[in-house]
Amino acid sequence: MSTKTKNVSTKDLATESLSNNNGNGMQKNERLEVLKTYKVYIGGKFPRTESGRYYKPTNSKGEILGNICLSSRKDVRNSVVAARKAFTGWSGATAFNKSQILYRIAEMLETRKAQFIEEIVFQGSTEAEAKEEVAAAVETFVYYAGWADKFQQVFSSVNPVSGSYFNFSAYEPMGVVGIIAPENNSLLGLAQSIAPAIVGGNTVVVLASESKPLCSITLSEVFHTSDVPGGVINVLTGKLDELVSFFGSHMDVNAVSFHRESDKHLHTIQELAVDNIKRVKNYTPSTYKTEAETQNPYKIIDLQEVKTTWHPIEVIGASGSGY
Amino acid sequence: MGKKDLNTGLKLGVDSKWQYSPAPESTSHINLKKKYDLFIDGKWVAPSSGKYFDTINPATEEKIADIAEANEKDVDKAVKAARKAFGPWSKLPAKERAKFIYRIARLIQERAREFSVIESLDGGKAIRESRDVDVPLAAAHFFYNAGWADKLDYAFPGKKPEAIGVAGQIIPWNFPLLMAAWKLAPALACGNTVVLKPAETTPLTALKLAELVQEAGLPDGVVNIVTGAGSTGSSIVNHNDIDKIAFTGSTGVGKIIQKSIVGTNKRATLELGGKAANIIFEDAPIDQAVEGIINGIYFNQGHVCCAGSRLFIEEPVYDQVIRKLKDRINTLIVGDPLDKNTDIGAINSKAQLKTIKDYIKIGKKEGAEFFEGSCSLPSKGFFCKPTLFTGVAQSNKIVQEEIFGPVLAVQTFRSVDEVIKKANNTPYGLSAGVWTDKGSKIFNLTSQMRAGVVWANTYNKFDPASPFGGYKESGFGREGGLHGLSAYLNLN
Repeated sequence: MSTKTKNVSTKDLATESLSNNNGNGMQKNERLEVLKTYKVYIGGKFPRTESGRYYKPTNSKGEILGNICLSSRKDVRNSVVAARKAFTGWSGATAFNKSQILYRIAEMLETRKAQFIEEIVFQGSTEAEAKEEVAAAVETFVYYAGWADKFQQVFSSVNPVSGSYFNFSAYEPMGVVGIIAPENNSLLGLAQSIAPAIVGGNTVVVLASESKPLCSITLSEVFHTSDVPGGVINVLTGKLDELVSFFGSHMDVNAVSFHRESDKHLHTIQELAVDNIKRVKNYTPSTYKTEAETQNPYKIIDLQEVKTTWHPIEVIGASGSGY
Repeated sequence: MGKKDLNTGLKLGVDSKWQYSPAPESTSHINLKKKYDLFIDGKWVAPSSGKYFDTINPATEEKIADIAEANEKDVDKAVKAARKAFGPWSKLPAKERAKFIYRIARLIQERAREFSVIESLDGGKAIRESRDVDVPLAAAHFFYNAGWADKLDYAFPGKKPEAIGVAGQIIPWNFPLLMAAWKLAPALACGNTVVLKPAETTPLTALKLAELVQEAGLPDGVVNIVTGAGSTGSSIVNHNDIDKIAFTGSTGVGKIIQKSIVGTNKRATLELGGKAANIIFEDAPIDQAVEGIINGIYFNQGHVCCAGSRLFIEEPVYDQVIRKLKDRINTLIVGDPLDKNTDIGAINSKAQLKTIKDYIKIGKKEGAEFFEGSCSLPSKGFFCKPTLFTGVAQSNKIVQEEIFGPVLAVQTFRSVDEVIKKANNTPYGLSAGVWTDKGSKIFNLTSQMRAGVVWANTYNKFDPASPFGGYKESGFGREGGLHGLSAYLNLN
């Protein structure tokens, strides 16, 4: 199969597939393949963009990846509403529960390896790169799953204040986090930006890679079948240029985690963030080659607030008893 | 006699029966110059503009000293001095750096009385507070952070911490010396050098601290102190050789700072405004809670970013709490900050007094019921009685906006869910208070409050080991404790 599919006609569809680019053209007496419609993921549902718009990213060979939802401001807002609604439940879920759900994501991802490899290859990677990326994505979810019930223990503190008080500082999630996912590494980049955010109890609104969006929606299906409560992860496809200001200005987004190589867009977000003092975390797009890049609990801490709690201790010692 | 009976009608007539004789703290032992220059590169330097402004005593409206006004040139000089000092200071063996900071802590303790008196003179806070809270805590902050200097490798697992560089630090007028300590101590312990700007109404204790820095023998340029108003601050923020901004002040100015560093590599911590909920449940120890409410809102004339300025009372105890609160307010003594009996000192400035009075007018106009203490006020100086508003609505300005004065807005609630929603319904998230005798309820409430510091059955407690800072529009970053160190380190 080699024909470019610039204009998808019925005839084209009869002879080749949009998403199944495995190099084997369809034989005449084979069945007609059912093509996948890529939609967005909001509040645990897979709607199309409310705008009804789409765009057609292509791979390096000029092949069209699909009719991808061109999300709008309204989609961002709907996603934030869904994420906010899910926040109380998800942040209140036990660490063990969060851990299990992240591990479940890894399991689901592992069993659908083939599909992701196919998508990543179609998006332009080699088979070997694709295999490596999918494996690394699985490892990412396993790694961060394990932190769910440990980062508090490692990074929190009991503070020895002068006076009869019990005083401790512990971490709490920032809230709703906007994630501008990496443009490359369409699967691993999502895993690396989403896992540290949700394992700490945040809920997220993710803008997937514009040029390589296929994995984002398939990964959403993985989330959906991994007991991630609806609204905890919301995934949009579309153009950063169009949506950047809404991530920056939305008053109910607490933080933005930015993973693109675009100072212009970063600065737009940073400037708009001032209105509600959003926390903006900028991550240099990573190659995700070293462990230091891919396994970093400080990425969890980046999206946490420290809460310090005081309570008096009755001074029993003063009356003579004690231990 | 049941609990109920004990709590009806009984009242100590403290205000009517007892008169306190004046007990003023002496000012004879303090050492103040008539004129203060800028402290740059270990020396006192005249401002390049030749301009000076007055710092006055808000309790008497009398001038205390001339203070140099630093402009962009002066700030540049200070930053250059700090940059030059950074290399050697950050490379100094950590335990030696620690000892310099320990020296500062000790010198503050030795001269605690002088610092307390100057703090009260310049800022208007009651001597009881500057003596028992501000100055000892400032010394404690240096003492606590000094010890971190050679232990930083243990603070951040898996990371190699390194100093950032030159820190620009801008502090407010409500806790002048203490805020200087919060800023300087961790910055220095982590190996950074500093350009610090105290608030224009309260520069004296920071300048006195410069004397201690000299006395402690710190290398020149490690600590630079420049005085001035907003424009001096913006020269610091916008200087391109500053690596880190630490700001404590209003949310409005914090936003300007956040915006002006976009596109730079400057790191920032912002400790901004608040509108804290102080929640009192039916089962709370009522008398202790009333003390906590008083301390929560009238401490330091209410000039406290984490002040418990919104009181939520569970309905069954509303009448009782309000009665006790009013009785207690009537015992508060407002007056000479230097008098040891004074509970509430002078409002920091004429401008702030006007702001507070404007809010009181707004509160009355919005239809809330107004109450103020029965005490008398001195005829001179900037003073305000302790006040409270009842019958306020969530949408009222005095509920939504930070007043930064002795004004308490009182609301009621019936259920836990209701009070959690009301308490969190604010753009701020600095602090909160909860009063109840039930442990499980405390932890429900403290974990539901979207705020960085939560006091349960106490209020307005501070400690160098205890991280402090806000959620949401109360800013970001923490000061104090282990968590306060990361603001002054690159974690590689």
